[in-house]
Order: sequence, then structure tokens, then C-alpha cells
Amino acid sequence: MSNVLEVKNIEKYYGNKSNLTKAIDGISFNVEKGEFVGIMGASGSGKTTLLNCISTIDRVTAGQIIINDQDITKLKGNKLNKFRREELGFIFQDFNLLDTLTAYENIALALTIQKVKPHEIDEKVKEVAEKLDISGIINKYPYQISGGQKQRVASARAIITNPKIVLADEPTGALDSKSARQLLETFEHLNKNLGATILMVTHDAFTASYAERIIFIKDGKIFNELIKGEDTRKQFFEKIIEVQTLLGGDLNDVI
Amino acid sequence: MLFKLSIRNMKKSFKDYAIYFLTLVLGVAIFYMFNSLDSQQAMLQVSQSTRTMIQLMIQLLGMISVFIAIILGFLIVYANNFLINRRKREFGIYMTLGMGRRQISAIILLETVLVGVLSLVVGLFIGIFASQFMSILVAKLFEADMTEFTFVFSKTACIKTCIYFAVMYGAVIIFNSLTISRYKLINLLTAIRKNEKVKIKNPIISILIFLASAVILGYAYYQVTGGVYELQTGDKLLPLIIMGIVGTVGIFWSLSGFILKIIQSSKSIYLKGTNMFVLRQLNNKINTNIISMSIICLMLFMTISVLSSSLSIKSSLDSELDKFTPVDVNLYKTAYLPESYVSSYSGKTIYNTEEQIEDSKHPVSYTLETNGYDLNSLKDIVEIPIYTLPEWTLQFSLGDYFKTAKAQFSNLAYEMPETIIKISDYNKIAELYGEEQYTLKDDEYIVLCDFEQMTNLRNEALKENSNIVINGKTYYAKDNECKYGFVFMSVSEMNGGIIIVPDSFEFKDENIEQFFLAANYNAETEEEKVELNNVLAGEVDSELFNNLSDKGIDLEGSTKISLVESSKGLSSIIIFISIYLGIVFLIASSAILALKQLTESSDNKQRYTILRKIGCDEKMINGALFKQIFIFFMLPLALAIIHSIFGIKFILSMLAALASPDELLPSIIVTAIIIGLIYGVYFLATYFGSKNIIKEEE
Repeated sequence: MSNVLEVKNIEKYYGNKSNLTKAIDGISFNVEKGEFVGIMGASGSGKTTLLNCISTIDRVTAGQIIINDQDITKLKGNKLNKFRREELGFIFQDFNLLDTLTAYENIALALTIQKVKPHEIDEKVKEVAEKLDISGIINKYPYQISGGQKQRVASARAIITNPKIVLADEPTGALDSKSARQLLETFEHLNKNLGATILMVTHDAFTASYAERIIFIKDGKIFNELIKGEDTRKQFFEKIIEVQTLLGGDLNDVI
Repeated sequence: MLFKLSIRNMKKSFKDYAIYFLTLVLGVAIFYMFNSLDSQQAMLQVSQSTRTMIQLMIQLLGMISVFIAIILGFLIVYANNFLINRRKREFGIYMTLGMGRRQISAIILLETVLVGVLSLVVGLFIGIFASQFMSILVAKLFEADMTEFTFVFSKTACIKTCIYFAVMYGAVIIFNSLTISRYKLINLLTAIRKNEKVKIKNPIISILIFLASAVILGYAYYQVTGGVYELQTGDKLLPLIIMGIVGTVGIFWSLSGFILKIIQSSKSIYLKGTNMFVLRQLNNKINTNIISMSIICLMLFMTISVLSSSLSIKSSLDSELDKFTPVDVNLYKTAYLPESYVSSYSGKTIYNTEEQIEDSKHPVSYTLETNGYDLNSLKDIVEIPIYTLPEWTLQFSLGDYFKTAKAQFSNLAYEMPETIIKISDYNKIAELYGEEQYTLKDDEYIVLCDFEQMTNLRNEALKENSNIVINGKTYYAKDNECKYGFVFMSVSEMNGGIIIVPDSFEFKDENIEQFFLAANYNAETEEEKVELNNVLAGEVDSELFNNLSDKGIDLEGSTKISLVESSKGLSSIIIFISIYLGIVFLIASSAILALKQLTESSDNKQRYTILRKIGCDEKMINGALFKQIFIFFMLPLALAIIHSIFGIKFILSMLAALASPDELLPSIIVTAIIIGLIYGVYFLATYFGSKNIIKEEE
């Protein structure tokens, strides 16, 4: 299997010489095509910075990020925007749907800004809506549908452009547990049946347990890596909790 | 410390302040310019009668300035309110740091004063320079000598501007402290508005309302242009004005839904780039601003039609004036005064003196000669008697048509005896005036009329029943329509009807109503003419006028020079006042639109962030923003222009005597330039301001 994403020894510093913060301190990993990878870490561990660097929103201080054989740290200006538009799909914690547009239009917008021909758009939107089971609410506005439905609309928007990799930032963060489970099942479906490559950042063990591989980050470094392999999700979940305890996560700080 | 904070705040939010500052500066400049008219150099070099007109104009402008100040005051409070709302969060942070409301009020006070003083200085500076150009306009309008250019500065206007604006800033300060005192900390800190629910209108209702509004407007348009002759009274106009307002509101209510529906049906446009987003944004924006967009549209409509029609009044007045003033002077007096009459004002019986009665038996030249006026000052003298018959009234002339006329125009003086002139007398006048002369058979008569509405009325009557039976004899109208012609000079078509009868028509002496004299001055140069005119126009003391007033003889008249001056004065007053009001309306509507859009941009910041996140580059986002603001600015203007096309036509037909359509094009161009300039500046300021607001924070 080929690597969709190669992160090579990246570093990200904030601040100036006298007061330097290393948000990312030499992280390297690969994501293969069709993988579902989770990145876990406590707040302040650098996981969001990592995602921002991969999603080209932020720039690395050193190192390379290669997506689909292209070094994105060397891209600039319009090329970068084009790359982000065409090769990446995003799912955010707070959905980021435009409230003035219907679900249909929100999904279509991802295509129209890529200048896809109008007659192809309609077909594609209907197709993806079918796959994500949102055909019934396609003409509703965001405020008329539930959080879970909103996140599925956002997912549809993220994958409709056939991105090389889908980046999800705390996708279940604003959902109740039932909606969260439904969404994660959708992710599984996208990953297993539609072949989408997903990189998901989360601090929630349950959410992470849906991934096939989990990279743990602490203080800007990779701390551990877990592979689900033949485990059931319950077993995998327990392993995650163990690592989290080891990691000295949120809970340990309180105690 | 507070002072430093204020200065730093202003520097930081300079782009937010741009619109506010622009409005203040323009307001100050315009206010100064129109209040400094009295000290314009051109004003010092005009004749006495023109100066009276200018005095009147300055008084009027002074009164209008109060009204303008109120409009500007509201505008400034509104604009300031926008700024305060933008900074709620900042004030919230000050409050959490322990700053009291009073200190926050003090910061705002300082800022208001700073901006106020700065805008006053800049505005006055611009106003003083712009008023130099104004003096060129003044000189042209009043035909004053402007060969020597001197720099004009009006101290009174400057002080007046400062006082008026100080009061306005005072109002702003009071308003601000009221706003601050009502704030709650929690609301200040969470003041960022969330995405709101979208109001959705039923597209079918939108389309129906749109069509209905279009029909209403179409009907009103037709009424003020095609059916204008039925619109003689104000109360018939009122329903049309209401229809115009209702139609405008209806259009804006339904427009966005209507456009959305139409464009949605074309997938190739709708699903292209950010069109979808732009349209939805506009839809939302128009729907939440129906009333203000309608008001702005109507204000722009007033600006456009008032500016362009008043400018055309000026140019047509000038060109037609020569036609209506063919000779230098007309003099006339009442003939055959009775021994006594009952005054219609006081109800008392007034006795005429022997002298008055004797004088009234003789023509005007007799009065002039016997009272010490040298008739050699005049040449081309033509004197005619003007008759009336008590039984030959307007009602009598109209015959059977009277009832129809009465129903249509209830307040005409139907009982007034008609002015009658014998054909040979009229031909003498016509020859002098260079107008067409007529011939009549012994049983014919002609009606001379050039006042458009009266001509129409009389023509109807002449068509239906043109035979007049008087003194047992029947007279037939020579033509079944009025002929062009006039006897009394005026500034426009004012002759409501003169009957020309054959010389054989028998009159008694008492039937002579007036003695009339028309003549030219016996002078070569303009200066000599002005000198002679000063005597007859009563502008200098003269033997003639002293004698006449001693004897109580009323000699009336009009002179070419006075008519020209007063008409210039009149048109100038109209022009100055309409430019003044027009520009202020324009500033008000542009500023409100701009502020609405800026508020909208800061409320919708999140939406642009989303666009950015899903991969729109800055170019696309700025393009979407530009399209939105452009359409938002153009919509009220477009409807206002459509309104104006009919509005101007209506004004022209109402003022048919004063303005002619051929003069319209240059004035429309001038109007377009003024509007394009002010509206354009606001549009650009809004676009750059919005761009700044939605820019990503680092």
C-alpha cells in the first residue's frame, strides 16, 4: 500500500529566541491509503498544531509533510489554496456549515468552488447524500436538523470532492453520545466501504476506539502507538484507556 | 492614561471609523458651503433687486439648515451607535479589569471629542476650498462680474457650523453614556453574534407580491405621466405617492425571494463558484433590511429627480426668457375709476379723489407726462385700451362646457370677466412684440392663450360650443382652438386667455378696464437702460414716483430687466436649495447603507471563516464580498433610477412653463456625476471596511 501522508521529522516553534515553545518536537509517521488513524493527546499536547500543519492552515518550522508525493511545506499562495481545496477534506468539531445555505447547498459549495461543472454537481450531491443517509434532510437548513445530521452533512461535504485524506478535528466534540456513535459508524462506513483515508484528532477514548491505529502525542512528541489489529473494539478501547493513564492524561492531573 | 487609550483605540480601529469620519467631514463641508453664501464675492456685485432675492435665499437656506442639522444629527448618532456596538467586547474587557462605567464613558467622550474636532477641522478646510468653486457657480447664476478672484472666508458660517456640530456631538455624547449605562457585563463579553435563524419566505408568495408591486408601480407611473392631465389637485396625487411607497416596499419585500427563485432554476448560474453563497447572503440581507432599503431608495429617488429637474429649470428659464420679454417695459393702470367702492379687505367704502378719477380717464402716456416723466426716454410706444364686459365671464366663454370644467377644476375664477382687446389694437402690440398678427371678420372672435392647462380647457370648450351671443349678435370662433399670443410680459407662459374681437364690436367708455402701454427704452447702451429702468422700476427716487404717490395714482408695470433678475433669483433659489437637500439626502442614504453593510459584515465574519476553511482562497472570498456589496448598493439605486425616470417626467409636465425636456440631458449628467461620486466613495469605503472586518486574525 502506498503512503498518502508522510510526516518527516517536523518541528513547530512558537515565540521568539528568549522564550521558545516547542509545540511539535520531531514527529514522524506515515498514513497509508485507506487507513483510519486517530491522534490522541491531552490539551496542549500539540495534536491540534499537528493537524493544522497537515491541513496547511499553519506552517512547520522544520521538516517535511508529503501528501500524495507532494511536499506541501513548499507550497505557497494560490497553489496552497488549490491543494487544500482539491486534495483535503475537513470535518470540524463545530460543523462549520453555512447557516444561510441548505444542506444540499452546503455540500454542493465544496464542488462549486472547485469549478466543477454544474450538471455534474447535482448527481454527485445526491449520490453522497444517499451514502450518508441524509437524503431526507437534504433541503433543510442547518438550524432545522440535529447535531448528528449536521455532522453527517459536513462529512458529506468533506468527501464529495474525493480528497486524498479526510482530516477530522474532534468530530464528536459537539455531539451527544448517540449521535457520536452514529457518526463514528458513518466514518467506519466511509473508511471500509468507500475507501476514504481518515486522520482524526480526538481526546476522547471512545471516539478513538473506532480508528484502526492510534498515535499518542505528549509534549510535542510521539509517546506511543496502538494498532487495533484483530482486537474487538472493546479490547482496543481498554488498551487506549491504559495508554491514557500511562500518558498522565486529564484524569491524573486531577488526582 | 485614558487619553492615550483613546488615541490608540482610534488608530487601531481607523478603518471602522472611516465611514463615520467621512460622513462627518462631508456633513461639515456641505453645511459650511451653503451657509457661507452670503459672503461670496459675487453676492456683493449684483443689483438691488437681485440682492433682495439673495437675502430671501439666504434666509431660506438658513431655515433649511436647521432641518439639515436634524437629519445629520440623527445620522451621526446612528453611525456612532454602530461603532459602539462594534466595540462591546473591548468595553467588556475594560469592565472586567475594574474600570467603571464612568471611566468607559470618559474614554468614549474623549474619542467623540477627538473625532469631532478632527472632522470639524478637516470638514471646514474642505468646505472653505469647495466654496471657492461655489462662488463660480453663484457668479454664473447671478451673472455677477468675477474677473477678479478673491479668496472667500465666511466667519459667520464657520462659527455657525461649529455651533451646530457641537450640539450634534453633544447629542452623541449623551446618547453614548445612556447606552453604556444600560450595558451588562455578561452581554458585553458575549457580544459576538451567533449565526441566526434564516427567515424563509414562500417563493410563490414572493413572486405574487413582486408582480403585484410591479403592477402598482406601473399604474402609478402611468398616472403621473400618461394620465397627468387628470392630476390637477394635491389630493389626487396622495394616493399615487402612497402607491409608490407601497410598491417600493413590496418590491424589496419580495425581490430577494423572486431573484433567488429565478436564479435557482438555472443550475448553471446557481451552482457556479460562490454564487450560491452570495445569493443567500443577499437574500438574508435584503430580507432583514426591507424598510431601510425602501427608505434609502425613496431618498435617492428624491435626490435624483430634484437635482436633475431643478438644474433643467435653470437652463430653460434662461433660454426662454427673451421670448417672453420682447420689450423693455409694460405699464398699465386701471381705467375709469368709480367714485367709490367697497374694499374687499376692510369692508369699508373708499372714495377716489377727483385727481385719481380724472387721471384714470386718460392713457398711460398722459399720466407719465403730467407727472414729470420725459416721454423721450421711451421709444416704440404702443398704447391700447383693454376692455371687459360684466356679462362676458369665463363661464360665459365656456358655455355648455362650464359644468364639465367646474367638475374638474373647481377653484377657477369662473365669474371673472374676460380680458377683451380689439383686433387692430392687438395687432399693434403683436407687431411690436414680433408675434403673429391676425385678421377677423365682423362676426368672429379669437381666443389667445399660452398657459398650457388653460389652453387645453378652452380648446375643449371651443370644440363643443364656440358661438357667443352678446348684445343680440352672434359671434363665431375663427378657429376651434386657442391661438398663441400674449400682451403682458412675464417669465413664462402665463396668459390664461385674452379675447380678440373685431373693431366693429361696440364698447362704452366704462368698458375700458385698463390702459396699457408697451415701449422700449430710448437708450443705446446697457448702462443707460439700467438707469432708465431704475426710474420706472421704482428703485431710485424720481419726480414721477413722488408725484404719483402724492396723488395716490397706481401705475403698475413690469420691466424686462426686473423680470429677468427675479426669474434668475427664483431659479437660483430653487437650485441652491435642491442641491443642498439633495446632497444631504444622498450622504444620509449612502452612510446608512454603508453602516448596514459593515454591521452585516462583522456579524457574518464566521461565515467567511467557514468559506476559508473549506478551501476558498482570498480572491474568491473578496469577490463574493464585492458582488454582495455591489448588488446591495445598486438595488436601491436601480429602483430609484426607474422611479426617477417617471418622477422627472412628472415634474417637467407640472412645471411645463418653467422647464423643457431638451435641457434635461446636461442636468442629468451633472446629477449622475454628483451621485456617482458620493455614492461611489461610500461604496468603496464600505468594501474596504468589510474586507478588513472579515480578514483572518493572526
